[in-house]
Amino acid sequence: MPGARLVVVGAGYIGLEAAAVGAQLGLKVTVLEAMPQVLSRVAGPEIGAFYTHVHRAAGTDIRLGARLEAFEGLGQVTGARIHGGEIIPADLVLVGVGVLPNLELALEAGLVCGNGIVVDADMRTSHPDVFAAGDVAWRPLAHYGREGRLESVHNAIEGGKLAAAAMLGLPAPALDVPWFWSDQFDLKLQTAGLWTGADDTVVRGDPQSRAFAVFYLKEGHVIAVDAVNSAPEFIVGKKLVAAQARVAPGELVDKSISMKDIGARALG
Amino acid sequence: MPKITYVDATGKERVVEAKNGMTVMETAIKHNIPGIDADCGGACACATCHVYVDAAFTDKVGKPSAMEQSMLDFAENVKENSRLSCQIKVRDDLDGLKVTTPESQH
Repeated sequence: MPGARLVVVGAGYIGLEAAAVGAQLGLKVTVLEAMPQVLSRVAGPEIGAFYTHVHRAAGTDIRLGARLEAFEGLGQVTGARIHGGEIIPADLVLVGVGVLPNLELALEAGLVCGNGIVVDADMRTSHPDVFAAGDVAWRPLAHYGREGRLESVHNAIEGGKLAAAAMLGLPAPALDVPWFWSDQFDLKLQTAGLWTGADDTVVRGDPQSRAFAVFYLKEGHVIAVDAVNSAPEFIVGKKLVAAQARVAPGELVDKSISMKDIGARALG
Repeated sequence: MPKITYVDATGKERVVEAKNGMTVMETAIKHNIPGIDADCGGACACATCHVYVDAAFTDKVGKPSAMEQSMLDFAENVKENSRLSCQIKVRDDLDGLKVTTPESQH
């Protein structure tokens, strides 16, 4: 239905992927994001600014700092009202604002829960015969020395493998760093690692070329990478993150040094 | 329905009936074919569904896209006939396709 008005609430992966498809189908798309940046939960400001620009260039109205107050309409949605009173007309809305884990079953069963079902490195809950995996599991994040809940394909697959190995008494499979991807328009964003806590960022390549990467460093160690249409940066970057390798920012920024060479030097 | 033969690194062959429109990777996962990890579920994002396409089919299957090629560049033991099986859709003229899985996807 070209020309229909789509309001997307939340500019995370889901919201932006839907907005991109909507724009490509000829819908008139508005994205409401409460935070001052898109993708704020998963990527740094450079990536956020880039994707805001890309979506706006495709004709999508990206509203940052826009808080949804209510949907308007009786039986059928007619608009989204944001803080301040403005009503954005809508024929359809899509809400992608993050998840709350479904803990009811686990709590009823007496399992220890916090922001998720608490599990150990084998995905075993507080009851030795019960395992949890996927978005719902609050698990140790081995590469970061803390615990957390991850909403991703990699996390679901890895959690399943860890739980299965533990149930069968087999050795645990090797752990991967958390990784993610998002396809929007002609852009493939691939992320390895969690950027929270970074004290330095290095941009490799020119965002204008629609192929570039952002490396996130903490005390000189690579802790995460966001790569846009840049498979080498993602694949080598993922290895750098896994090793928490030290790489000089001057080397990362220098496109005349290939990622293979950067990886070989840093990883030995 | 087209038949696909998967050959593992030891030479053991497994023949399955595939459905048009599904990918060679999805067909393998559905039939529990070992040797294909497909960590990303088919998004050309991980390079863990690497296969070697049998010489008789390399022309029909075609060349990888630029994105696929750049992912393949970092897979292990890449050859001239390497492809990511999540990027090959099954169709009638691929009946009899034979692909070999590498020793490891990591």
